[in-house]
Amino acid sequence: MASTDAGALEAKRTYTPLWRVRLRLFWKALKTNWALFAENPIGLIGLGTIIFFGLFALAHPILMNTVWPQRIYDPISGYDPTISFHPSPPSPRHLLGTDPTGRDVLSQLMYSTRYEFVLGILSAVITVVIATTNGAIAAYYGGVVDNLLMRLSDLVIMVPTLPILIVLSALLPEGVGMLELALVIGLLSGLGGTTIVIKSQALSVKVKPFIEAARVAGGGDFHIIFRHMVPNLMPIALLYMMFVVTGAIFSEAVLSFFGLTTIQMSWGLMINITQNFGYLMNFQTWYLLIPASLAITLLCAAFYLVGRALDEVVNPRLRQR
Amino acid sequence: MLITFTLFQIATYTIIDAQPGDIADLLTMDPNIPPNERDRLRQELGLDEPLHVRIVNYILNFYRGNLGLSFEEYPRPVIDIIGERLPRTIVLFLSASLVSFYAGFMTGKVLAWKRGGWLEYTSTIIGVGLYTVFVPWFALMMIWLFAVALDWLPAGKFLDPLDWIGAPISANAIFTRMIWTALGALTVMFVGFVLSNRAEPRNRPFIRVGSIILGLAGLLGYWIASGLSPYAWDITSHLILPVLTVAAISYGGNMLLTRTTMLETLREDYILTARAKGLPDKMIRDKHAARNALLPVWTGLVFSIGSSVSGGIITETVFSWKGIGRTLLNASLNADIPLAMGCLTVVGLMTLVGHLIADIGYAFLDPRIRYS
Repeated sequence: MASTDAGALEAKRTYTPLWRVRLRLFWKALKTNWALFAENPIGLIGLGTIIFFGLFALAHPILMNTVWPQRIYDPISGYDPTISFHPSPPSPRHLLGTDPTGRDVLSQLMYSTRYEFVLGILSAVITVVIATTNGAIAAYYGGVVDNLLMRLSDLVIMVPTLPILIVLSALLPEGVGMLELALVIGLLSGLGGTTIVIKSQALSVKVKPFIEAARVAGGGDFHIIFRHMVPNLMPIALLYMMFVVTGAIFSEAVLSFFGLTTIQMSWGLMINITQNFGYLMNFQTWYLLIPASLAITLLCAAFYLVGRALDEVVNPRLRQR
Repeated sequence: MLITFTLFQIATYTIIDAQPGDIADLLTMDPNIPPNERDRLRQELGLDEPLHVRIVNYILNFYRGNLGLSFEEYPRPVIDIIGERLPRTIVLFLSASLVSFYAGFMTGKVLAWKRGGWLEYTSTIIGVGLYTVFVPWFALMMIWLFAVALDWLPAGKFLDPLDWIGAPISANAIFTRMIWTALGALTVMFVGFVLSNRAEPRNRPFIRVGSIILGLAGLLGYWIASGLSPYAWDITSHLILPVLTVAAISYGGNMLLTRTTMLETLREDYILTARAKGLPDKMIRDKHAARNALLPVWTGLVFSIGSSVSGGIITETVFSWKGIGRTLLNASLNADIPLAMGCLTVVGLMTLVGHLIADIGYAFLDPRIRYS
């Protein structure tokens, strides 16, 4: 009797569903990596800043629907008729003052945050999808395919991102919106440098025994690339995502600063408006320039800091000890 | 390399050409111009040919040194405009890059050596802050601090037109002379430095300081003797603030990169060997670790020179410095296709030259590449 019980128990143990094993492994990896990440206060500062901006963005629709009357606080078309002269300095009614056309600066700042997130993350995802696919394919097949893809990224690296964006947005009659911007930035950084970095990582994954095993077991090229190589490239891809987010937010801010986008409200545009109304070098109206500039700098820096901390997780040679 | 460049030219030309509207379309806004006149203009500018013919023409003309005529400043050739503005950009970014490279390398080296503690965190935060700061804002802060609050330096532009009334020669001629004299002085210093490395260790500081003094004295002496020094000083004083700004921004990146690569080299076995031999700390840091950490930083520096035009658009616009970046921005805003195209080509060329210099510099810095 006892022996059959043990057998049943054994059977139960071996028949743990695959997804549960995967989940447990994933959880374990997450925990160790988090421990490594949390060791570094710099990464935590960055993560804290990102979470702060996330909450900041989420708070806007809530505030608009509860405390702030739509007419006055709308970030694009709002106007406060109770104040005689705009821009007005910070007051209890407008915590960061109003801009030259009578709109609330804090509301604009909060409203823009979500678009910065969308833009940054969208272009980062596009980059990573292109770069991991290209990198894995180039490393796996080698030869002509590898050569073609690498020459292509050599070419794309040469293309200066910001000038190209400026030329594009200046010459397109409708101007460049958020989606086009994310697409162009994602394409340029995905086909360019990121592919090269990820390919060099993929080369070291390609020679691992489990790839050989998968091939012996009869796995097709497609299966091996997407089920075995790409998951192992994800950590480094995530790292480069952070840097792409920084670049994308920065490029958007610069383009809006030059007034070249069709985006209705963003941090760069806030500075552009300040410049157009001639308040740029006027320190009486610091609340027009400083919040938006600081927000751009902080969010860019936050993603960059998280990227650096992830770098120490991914790259053991940088760790302390 | 030539193939890459040609592909780059084709790609940029196609992208720019795909944009709707050319100069003739702009002129249709003007009702005084009859349609046949517009067609004649189009023909004269070669805009009626099919795309591939225009691309081939463009590339052939490029190698003949003909980049076409600017639409906006009509009879003026593009090559002339670029020739005037490229040196300004190069001087601005080369001097800024060198300053930030030297400072960033020195501090990054020390920071990696003294790992841990508050110094590491503050320096990383400052470095990341400088690296990711919103450049227009930072430039404005610099202008405000040095030009408005302290009033030490002029706020922008290439020169002060009021001082140049009745100047004997043009600003560009003076600027060219400034470049040559500065290069001469730098050569003297460099030769002195190389000589000092061959000399007795005891005499080294004397030779180095002597060559620096000799170079500076030669520079100052030439300008004072030429009698044009007020004009040269005018340009120089306009140059200081942009250089400082660009240098501060790229300083952050250089420092962080040096620190990271230093940390990687410090884990190598030869550092352990050097320690075991009982070499002094300073020697290990400077001769064993920093020398090897120099390579990636050097690559970063050269690439940053190549891509300096990207950053240049912002700084040059904020400081009203008429360089390539600002020209590119204005040209694209005004649909001046030959000029925009010429600027983009120059940018691509600079990146290519940057890669080439990086390779040559690598061989110079790393004996393993040189001897194999």
